[in-house]
Amino acid sequence: MKFVAVTSCPTGIAHTYMAAESLEQAATAAGHEIVVETQGAGGSEPLDTSVIAEADAVIFANDVEVVAKERFAGKPLVTSGVKGAINNGPALIAQAEEAVKNAPVGAAVPAAAAAAAAGADTGPRLATKVSEGDSWGTKLRQWLMTGVSYLIPFVAAGGLLIALGFALNTIAQGDQGYLVTDQADAFRAGLAEGEVLFSATSLADWATLAFVIGQAAFGLIVPVLAGFIAFAMADRPGIAPGFVAGVVAGLVGAGFLGGIIGGLLAGGFVMWLKRVKLPFAFAGVWTVVVIPLVGSLVVGGLMILVLGQPIAALQEGLTNWLESLSGGSIILLGVILGLMMAFDMGGPVNKVAYFFGVASLTTSLEQGTEVGLQIMAAVMAAGMTPPLALALASTLRPNLFTPSEQQNGKPAWLLGASFITEGAIPFAASDPLRVIPSIMAGSALTGGLVMAFGSTLQAPHGGIFVVPFIGDPWLYLLAILAGMVLSAVLVIAAKSTKKAEHQLHDAEVGAGIPATV
Amino acid sequence: MTVTDTGGLITTEMVDLHLEAPDKDSATRHLAEMLVAAGRITDLEGFLADVRAREAQMPTGLEGGIGIPHCRSEHVTVPTVGFGLSPSGVDYGAADGPADLIFLIAAPAGADSDHLKILAALARRLVRQEFKDNLRAATDPAAAAHYIRTEVTP
Repeated sequence: MKFVAVTSCPTGIAHTYMAAESLEQAATAAGHEIVVETQGAGGSEPLDTSVIAEADAVIFANDVEVVAKERFAGKPLVTSGVKGAINNGPALIAQAEEAVKNAPVGAAVPAAAAAAAAGADTGPRLATKVSEGDSWGTKLRQWLMTGVSYLIPFVAAGGLLIALGFALNTIAQGDQGYLVTDQADAFRAGLAEGEVLFSATSLADWATLAFVIGQAAFGLIVPVLAGFIAFAMADRPGIAPGFVAGVVAGLVGAGFLGGIIGGLLAGGFVMWLKRVKLPFAFAGVWTVVVIPLVGSLVVGGLMILVLGQPIAALQEGLTNWLESLSGGSIILLGVILGLMMAFDMGGPVNKVAYFFGVASLTTSLEQGTEVGLQIMAAVMAAGMTPPLALALASTLRPNLFTPSEQQNGKPAWLLGASFITEGAIPFAASDPLRVIPSIMAGSALTGGLVMAFGSTLQAPHGGIFVVPFIGDPWLYLLAILAGMVLSAVLVIAAKSTKKAEHQLHDAEVGAGIPATV
Repeated sequence: MTVTDTGGLITTEMVDLHLEAPDKDSATRHLAEMLVAAGRITDLEGFLADVRAREAQMPTGLEGGIGIPHCRSEHVTVPTVGFGLSPSGVDYGAADGPADLIFLIAAPAGADSDHLKILAALARRLVRQEFKDNLRAATDPAAAAHYIRTEVTP
């Protein structure tokens, strides 16, 4: 058999290499091939992708987190501490043999293919190794979605804490009291003087506290976005220049757009720096010192001196355009976003719409405007309806669905309620021409209605669980319900005509093609 | 043969083939003092604190009678190993009992990966039975130091 292994330990000078040697000895003695990547201080030669692809199983002997685990996706895996590998290498090799034998058929897919397949649909995967075959457009999307996936927890924490601050303050003081924004300014001024203006018995103080912490989380959004875009492009060396570019984007008022451009610049520049061929002796210093230093200076300098003002102007234009949307045009925007959310249920088009929603949300939260919150609300609602509609349809008329589709109906309720549009995929995959137009119609209705109602959402995700944070929650639920019912009716109608045809021709029984899950 | 012991991973004065110590702290201290005398460590107490910090994360004793106290420390000048053979054994926390082969591995904090390759090579030798057997049979410190230096090549 062929194995690959990764070893790593806290200090990175002894156990890492002892474990590697021990595994090599044990594998060779048992008649296997093994290639070990030592993630220690004494240099780490990354495993060749072709070696990983050919491996039957993966062994991690690690006491610190393995770097770039995603390369091994889909392989049978055996894990142990480094000491286990050193003290008893043969046992670990025997476990790996077992893992290969017990692995489900087809599990040993080439890791690159698995990572590419997963990366194409689930942005949140660490796209540090964007597969070579992908087009630049696909890579760009993976880079951006990597940045967004790291950004979302910050938006969630910041947005919800800010919303909580507003809500608590309204409870504490009513609509006529002090503004939580003013209280937050006073609170921060106090902190700067070394005073904590907080009383545990004052609800208004709790509101201020939540608000201030939420704003602190928000301050990290653009740097995190830029930093992890650069990380996706250039791996760890990209992080420092990326974060710096993000902070600089904030300094010049270039906002979210500046974060994206700064992150891409930093990632691209570090990718180029990494290609410089150096004598091995300089490699460590190059990665740890030179790349962060030069990358930060060059990209930060570019952002401040050259690109900052144009991007800031562009960001302002975009913000003003969003602000100008009202009445019919904002409803049309909701309809278009709804169509996009349902079109490929988590695919590229859906992600573009989602990205637009998150970008609008953060821009609006930064500037204290409403329209971005409405856009986010429309995007989430339109993304929730497809699985809900199919769950409803398969509950109402189970005989129109195959047994496996009926099975998928139950989890689809939860997936839809949690804003995981992918829950609709099993239905769409087996009958795309009837399902996709139906769910697009429902999502378009939902998106348009949310805009018409003017619901606002301060969180980037969460589905039904963040509805309490939504302005006008009942109207919001009504919009979701309307789209859900429309889609369900259309799906049932489309499938009924199909069934009628089938009976007419006395051909296939039931829903035809089995669902591919 | 005149081996000028001015450089390399280990020299004669960093070998003790009759290491007697009641516990791992004093065994480590004894080996570290040899490295201080050889000019490889600039600050004994600072270095020992770094070793203890590493040891506290997880004992460095390994099955088969090996103890490898080690750390990366700013008090280390070049990658160095001190070797002690302890016939009576010193407990380094391994499950199967005390260690008779003790290697104090000292890595400079700021060293780049190329520098540390020598220590990686040493670590790999430590799991080879032949290497351990030969060191257990050593009687002459100079020969032992020479053996380690020639065996361990990155």
